[in-house]
This record gives sequence, structure tokens and C-alpha cells, in this order.
Amino acid sequence: MAEKSGADILVEALCDLGVEVVFGYPGGAVLPIYDALFKQKKIRHILVRHEQAATHAAEGYARSTGKPGVVLVTSGPGATNAVTGITDALMDSIPMVVITGQVPTALIGTDAFQEADTVGITRHCTKHNYLVKDPARLGAVVHEAFHIATSGRPGPVVIDIPKDVQVATATYQKPGPIQHKTYRPQIKPDLKAIETAVDMLAAAERPVFYTGGGVINAGPAASQMLRELAKISGAPVTSTLMGLGAIPASSPQWLGMLGMHGTYEANWAMNQADLVIAIGARFDDRVTGRLDAFSPNSRKVHIDIDRSSVNKTVRIDLAIVADAGHALDAMVKLWKARQHPKPDLGEWWRRIEGWRAVRCLDFAEGGDAIMPQRAIRALYEATKARAPIISTEVGQHQMWAAQHFGFEAPNKWLTSGGLGTMGYGLPAAIGAQLGNPGALVIDIAGEASIQMNIQELGTATQYRLPVKVFILNNEYMGMVRQWQELTYQSRYSESYSDSLPDFVRLAEAYGWKGIRIDAPGELDDGIDAMLAHDGPVMVDCRVAKLANCFPMIPSGAAHTDMILQAAEVSGEMDDEAKALV
Amino acid sequence: MHIKEESVGRHTLAILVDNEPGILARIAGLFTARGYNIESLTVSEISDDHLISRITIVTSASAPVMEQIIAQLDRLVPVHKVTDLTALGPHVERELALVKVRGTGDHRIEALRLGEVYRARVVDATTASFVFEVTGATEKIDKFVELMEELGLVEVARTGIVAIARGAEAA
Repeated sequence: MAEKSGADILVEALCDLGVEVVFGYPGGAVLPIYDALFKQKKIRHILVRHEQAATHAAEGYARSTGKPGVVLVTSGPGATNAVTGITDALMDSIPMVVITGQVPTALIGTDAFQEADTVGITRHCTKHNYLVKDPARLGAVVHEAFHIATSGRPGPVVIDIPKDVQVATATYQKPGPIQHKTYRPQIKPDLKAIETAVDMLAAAERPVFYTGGGVINAGPAASQMLRELAKISGAPVTSTLMGLGAIPASSPQWLGMLGMHGTYEANWAMNQADLVIAIGARFDDRVTGRLDAFSPNSRKVHIDIDRSSVNKTVRIDLAIVADAGHALDAMVKLWKARQHPKPDLGEWWRRIEGWRAVRCLDFAEGGDAIMPQRAIRALYEATKARAPIISTEVGQHQMWAAQHFGFEAPNKWLTSGGLGTMGYGLPAAIGAQLGNPGALVIDIAGEASIQMNIQELGTATQYRLPVKVFILNNEYMGMVRQWQELTYQSRYSESYSDSLPDFVRLAEAYGWKGIRIDAPGELDDGIDAMLAHDGPVMVDCRVAKLANCFPMIPSGAAHTDMILQAAEVSGEMDDEAKALV
Repeated sequence: MHIKEESVGRHTLAILVDNEPGILARIAGLFTARGYNIESLTVSEISDDHLISRITIVTSASAPVMEQIIAQLDRLVPVHKVTDLTALGPHVERELALVKVRGTGDHRIEALRLGEVYRARVVDATTASFVFEVTGATEKIDKFVELMEELGLVEVARTGIVAIARGAEAA
């Protein structure tokens, strides 16, 4: 068999794995790979403006298509710049393969130019990583890396390839199906446990489904199965930030998101439930609030593909380690086979309706100022018929989008949940647009976050991607300011967005259309103008400066201590509360 | 405000792993990153083909944290198997120490005599010193080292704990 260079082996392996798009940035230690890319036609390389953006773009691509995102960066700063996005993908379980160049093998450890210990730095922010020192191993490693990134609980995998390994030659043959000697994620559920779960669901008087990103990761079929199980059991459904879209927001069984900025009805339902069925969710601190007061009287079933998620923070009564889709499918099949009648949950629903009647997401209009919630709702009304893909940055706007934008389907909601990475939204939107060329993709942003990867305006221009950026501009790092208002007597330390650019002119400088919306009367027209433009648009929507995101469960408080209105908060928190994030 | 601490138990873990570069950093890093402690760690390859290593870790943790430690270790890609020997039941734990003692006269004779009591072997001797090799449970070695302190202890090298389950079966 003819030998090929390591770079050619890499490109051929990527082609064999069906990779269509690579997000990257060239540099000295990856020149052989870029030369191999230059000579082929199958893989499209998207040149970002910063390596962090390459990783978020890959995340957006992965989250919206279900396919792994692929990143290619150089050694040293290329790799270290990618670390934030790699960590983000680990926290949110996003399948991603990051290929990093490395200095030649003989120079490793000598503090060579643009050398960084990439496998050392990424060891604990990847699902797995490799340093490949032999081109003959490269093909197998690439295939194994994709297997690990995409199977089980998905996550990022780094392959570090020294420059001499990219140049040296070896043979490459496409391997068969991977049977890893140690890595064997448990996909199928234990049927005994499924039986117990179905028994518990059938017997429950106050059940609630608490679903998470794992349902989205398990593919659209898992969301279908969840809808089916919700339908036949009649139980209400809430989800984490990462799980939005698994159940349509228009479903009468949908309670809205739970947790710190979740709805009153979702959090009270969790608190009062006698059975919580958690599916692909990990009882994160943003969801549970104070642990000893979290859903105190319920039995808890936890379906998760990652055994280490079980009993991590909340004690579980029944654990089912399996893929969410397989477990849901098994529950639906068993429920139907037993011909369970739909349980009478009338009393439970009456209580839920009582909580719903609080109308916790209502807000007072702001007079001359646009309320940010109003802007999100206007955006939703204007775009819902087109089933848009929404990405966000991190902060108040992210929570308002989660609360006020209705998601009807999975893979339409791209947000940095676990790591909470400002600067995620624009590159994620770019990645999503590449994976979904016909879709309407909107980054709902804040004026502070958007500046963290604003250089990517150029990337969208270069590839003629018609992404929209809708900035809720309140001139503050709003969530920081809100916490300072609530816990530090409004001492707004460094949270004012001073010296903002003129976003309209900035957009125009990058070849985008820029639109400014200043007053409530301009909102609908501004959104229409954004949607009418066949190209990238940045909207600078000036909103009420001091609006707070409610409901809110303060850090370390119980679900029942939810704050609905700003008037309920005053003074300064004690040190115990201040120490919580 | 003060930081609270939980009650903990001591556990000995046997971890079978791929003998690949970085594996020890992966395991040790997991412990530091998640705030678990390591009281002792030993590692050596154990298979003919040099592909598998056995790591023995002694840690202290509450029961829920122990369950997490095992689950977190188990999901590392190069980890074959994690066994909590303490939870499993009876097992043997041993440590080896090399103990250098300097002295003359009565001290020298007493050191040699105590070495016999502790079944320590003399593996190096000069007219003014001994190196003892002593194996046993941690407490035994602690005690031996403590006794040698009075008799001219120079330095100690210890392997850390290795452990294996009792009985005919592999853990």
C-alpha cells in the first residue's frame, strides 16, 4: 500500500468519517495539514478570526445538526485559545474533535516557539485526548477520537499532532467499526429498572418529568419519545436550560424551564412532586437551588448515560444508566404493552394551574423604554413561523430568551449552559448557519457579551452567512449589575458597559447591515427590516437599562423562596449567600 | 463564615489502566480537580506485554463522595476497572520502606536488634550505617521508623501502599 503523509492521512480519515466542515485558523505547526486541505475538495474549511470562535462555531454546528464539530488550530496560542470552547463543550456534552498542531517531536519539551503542553493543558477539559507521535497510528486515533466524542455522553476530544508526524509517511486504511477495549458506554437500559420506573410513574399522584440536554443529545427521536411518554402518562414536563425544545413550548404539559430563573409553576411542581423522573439532566446547582430543600418529598428516577451523574449531588431512588432515547422508548413500549390507563392527575394539574395563574413571566411595560422581555417576545412572534435557530451569549438576555422565546423542536436552541461562556453566541450562530444553510439563525446577545467574539462578524461576511445578531443593549453587564443590586446594595462595581462602539456603524464596517431600535414603536419594524435583509444583520436594540430578570431563586435558596418581583428584595446578603455563585 | 468539613472513611482503590503516557496525570489530576484527596498512590505495570498498569490509591472520603470517585475514575477512557478493596471486604495491604540509620556502639546494636523484631532485612551496611528493608502494613512501618528516629535515622524511602483482595478470585 502506498504511504501517505500524516497530513494526508488526517484529511482522508476526516473524509472517511463524513466530515464536511472544519472550523480553523492556520499557523506554523499545522501548515502541512493546511496544504493537504488546499489540495482536496470534500472538506470545507471555515476561517474564523480567533480560535475560541472556532470551537464555539463547532459547538453551534454540532448542537444544531447532531454531527460532531471539528476544529483545526495551530500549536501554542492556537491550542490555548481553544481551551475555553473545549471546556464549554465538556460542560455541555457537545461532540467535538479538536485537532491541534504541535512542535516537531524532537522539540517537545524544549520551550520551542509556539510550544504549549496541549495534552497537559487539555487533559481535564476534554473527554479524552491524544498526542500522536507516529503517523502509522494517526488514522486509527482519528477514528477512535470521533467514536469517543460522539458516543456515550458526548464531549470534546483533542488530537495533538507534532509537525514532523504531519510530514512523515505511513499507510492508512479505513478501520472497521470500533470496538474499544475499555470504553464501552452503556446505551441500553436495564429492563428491570425500566419496569420499576413505569410502575412508579403509573402509581404517582404528583409526577413531573425533569429533562435536560441529554434528551437533545440522544437525537430528535428521543424528543419524540419524550412527547409520547408525556402524552400517555399525562405528567407535566419541565426542563433545564440545555433541554429546551425537547417538548414543544406550546404543549399544555410544558411548565417552562426550572431552576434559578425558571418559572414559578416548574419550581413549585418540582418542590411538591411525589415522583421526579430526571432524563438526561444532571441536578446542576442552577437547577436544584438549596440541596436539602430540593424536591423534598419525591422519589427520584434518574435516567442518564453517565453513571457519574447519578447521586452526584442529589440522592436517587432508581438509577437507569442508558441513552435517554433508548430508555424513553423502552418506557413507552412497556407502558403501552401493559395498556396502562392514563392516570388521573386532575388534582395535581389543578394545583399546577394555580401556580400558573401567578403568571410569573409577566412584566410591566417600560413606558418610553423597550422592556427586554417585550423585545424577545416580539422577536419570537415575528420569527416563530420560520422555526428559527436561536443562539445566545451569557447573561440576562440569555435567561430572558430562555423564558420568553418558545422552542417547539430540539436542536433549535444553542446556549452555553454549564460553563456560561460570554462570546459563545455569534460563533455558535455561524456554525449553525453553516450546518443549516436555509435556516433563520439569530444570536440573541447582550452588548457586553457580543464584544467578546465580535471579530467573527468578519467570518460571517466572508462566507456570506445571513446570521442575525439581536443585541439587547442595556449598557450594563446586566446579570452582574442585577446581582450587585440584589446583594451589594447597588454598588455597581465595574459592570457598566462604558465606551460602547456604535454597533450600527461597526456592523457596516464589516459589511453587515446595521439597524438601531430605540423606542417601543420601532420594535416590530426594526425586526421586520432585520428579517427582510438577505444577509447578515446586527440589531442594536436599546432596552430599559435597569430591568431585572425574574423570577429568580437566589443562590442557595429553596425553590419555594423564589423572588417574583424586585420589590421583594432589599438590603445586603449575608456572607454565606455571598459565597455562593 | 467558616468552611465546613464532612466525616470521612479511608478506602483503598485498585485501578487497572492502559499503560499509556499521561495516565498517572489523568488520574491524579482528576483527584485534585474534584477536590478528592490522595493519601497514597502507587503504580506499576503488571502485564507481560506491558500494556496494563495497576494503580493503588488510598483516599479518604464520605460514602457519597466515594461513590463519585469510583464513577469518575470509571469513565476515564483508559481505565479498565476500578475496585474499592475496602468496600469489597478482606484484603491485604503492604508497604515497603528503605530506612537508613547511622550510628555506632549501642545505638547500632539496638537498631539491628529492632530490625530483627520487625523482620527488616539489612540490604546495605557500612561501619557507621545500615539500610533496612522493611515491609508490612503502614502502621508497622510507621512504628519502625519512629523507633529508628531515636537511633540515628537518616532518611526513609517508602513505596506507598499496594493491596490485593484475599481469597482465590481476582477483585
